[in-house]
Amino acid sequence: MADYEPLFSAGHTACAGCAMPIIFRQVLDITGPDVIVVNATSCSEIISSGYPRTAWRVPYIHSLFENTPAVASGVANALKAQGNDHTKVLIFGGDGSTYDIGFGALSGMLERNEDVFYICYDNEAYMNTGVQRSGATPFGARTTTSPVGKVHHGKEIFKKPIVDVVAAHKIPYAASASIGYHMDLAMKVKKALPMRGSRFIDVFSPCVPGWGIDSAITIELAKMAVDCGIWKLVEYENGQFRLNFKHAQRKPVKDYLLKQARFKHLTEQEIAKIQAQIDEEWKKY
Amino acid sequence: MVKKTVEGSFAVAEAVKNCEPDVAACYPITPSTHVAEELASFYANGEIKEYIATESELSSMSACIGASAAGSRTVTVTSSQGMALMHEAVFNAAGNRLPIVMIVGNRSLSAPLNIWNDWQDSITERDSGWIQIYCENGQEATDAVPQAYKIAEAVSLPVMVCFDGFYITHAVEPIDVPTLEEVRKFLPLFKPAVKLDPKNPISMGEYAFPSHYQLFREDLHKDMLAAVGKVKEIHDDYAKMFGRSCGNGLLEEYRSQDADIVLVSIGSVCGNAKEAIDQLREKGEKVGLVKLRLVRPFPYAAVAKALAGKKVIGVFEKAYSLGAVPPVYGEVLAAVADAKAKPVISSFTGGLGGKDVTVGNMLELFGKLKQGKKLVEWV
Repeated sequence: MADYEPLFSAGHTACAGCAMPIIFRQVLDITGPDVIVVNATSCSEIISSGYPRTAWRVPYIHSLFENTPAVASGVANALKAQGNDHTKVLIFGGDGSTYDIGFGALSGMLERNEDVFYICYDNEAYMNTGVQRSGATPFGARTTTSPVGKVHHGKEIFKKPIVDVVAAHKIPYAASASIGYHMDLAMKVKKALPMRGSRFIDVFSPCVPGWGIDSAITIELAKMAVDCGIWKLVEYENGQFRLNFKHAQRKPVKDYLLKQARFKHLTEQEIAKIQAQIDEEWKKY
Repeated sequence: MVKKTVEGSFAVAEAVKNCEPDVAACYPITPSTHVAEELASFYANGEIKEYIATESELSSMSACIGASAAGSRTVTVTSSQGMALMHEAVFNAAGNRLPIVMIVGNRSLSAPLNIWNDWQDSITERDSGWIQIYCENGQEATDAVPQAYKIAEAVSLPVMVCFDGFYITHAVEPIDVPTLEEVRKFLPLFKPAVKLDPKNPISMGEYAFPSHYQLFREDLHKDMLAAVGKVKEIHDDYAKMFGRSCGNGLLEEYRSQDADIVLVSIGSVCGNAKEAIDQLREKGEKVGLVKLRLVRPFPYAAVAKALAGKKVIGVFEKAYSLGAVPPVYGEVLAAVADAKAKPVISSFTGGLGGKDVTVGNMLELFGKLKQGKKLVEWV
């Protein structure tokens, strides 16, 4: 461990307790150095690449917010044209670029089944601009653009089921993971890495200031999300669906919600509505 | 060297193919679609290695950014709304100093929707950090392609080859397309100074604080200004090798050296301007044309020299800057601002959205200029 030199190095400026750099290290520990990282505009780009410094010990490009899948498509095709069949092309994007502004480019990349491995770190809002709601923000969450007022009470619609939507493109691999279950994440990265074509993992990634949590509970909260069933660990491998984690006894969502300032305003009825939605969802399994 | 009778788009596409790009990334849009289709045919026949049929022009430009950053020669093709949709990535490509070549079939911008020619699409991107070459006919556009790659890779800046939608993209002309072997002698293999390479990891596209941002922009500006020399040098090399030139590589002077009245313009409309000039010259009128080839970086010194001592100058352009003087006119004003004798300089905006500009219109325009009064009008 003393000699451990992560490919995503220390010295970046992420908040204490941020899940995103942990995810990056976990993934790069598995891929090794023969990768090219394409990064969407996000917190991750800001905390890792302020000129003249960089936290990246692998080749890295950031272009724009919404075009990362297209940039990665260009990199992948260039490698192919150059006869390079070993270097992996890896995207790191947040949920804003993945679910929303870059969704068209993502769908295009998946339709073409580009040889790109996409990791979304999903912190369920636009954190870089100060916590605005995204397509990934869950029902009930308070953000600066889904505020709690006299008439409207946080986000009023449920989160986009991105893994199902991505899997519908019939790519070789689509999965969800949580930094709270890092062995599951590692297993998925190891499985998807050698595959050819588009691979996608949406990783649950707690955000300390955005969610209003104690910086010490990042991993604990990421576990709780899975344990209460609001976040599922699933995978679609060549179209075959698999539930990776089924509870002996699912925990109530209330405990998970009340750990976070973004849900503090929720009424008992609203919490019941979220619980009912989770219960309904889990009837499938 | 054999001339083929061929549509401008196909000749340009063949020239692109003979520059051996690794990756083409295209999305269809009128009137540049034929170039994209022809590149797809080359890919289907194994003559271009990779062709990405993207889901939007924004993704085409973005794919070019990725491919170029990874060390491959790359190309995209667009027009009009497609370029407007690309806008963010157009700036980003130049800022990242990527030598991408973009073929532009010039077309108007909506609204109202219109598929025909003017230059507003690429002119609107004039501040993006792309070198812009405008062409009068299919031959000039075809010849500009190998030069564009050589310029781009020499100065690490992207280049647009602009040719008028329909008037040139769809016109069938006798065109000499340089062969693969000929292009290989002119254009060296692409060897970027830096690229995305796991053996030598670098970070590209970092963000810059106020302490550095302006330095990057200033560097880009200085290198753009300095690229004028490279555009000329590479044009002259090409002319030597292929026996075809476009004026001095920056602009073409057509019967303008001894002229009192000079029209300045761009692109295919210069054909009708030349015809009008020939007719007026037969009547003894001393009129001429300065055709701009390079619009970004703007060749101020060359324009000032070509217009030195002229009494009356008119600028005709298929472009505008709403609420301000038209863009090319503004540049010409700046170019002659330090001249001792102040010429009368008039501005004519016309031919927008495919509005016909005939030889007769050009004769009328010279008639207006002959009156020696300053005019700023849409015609």
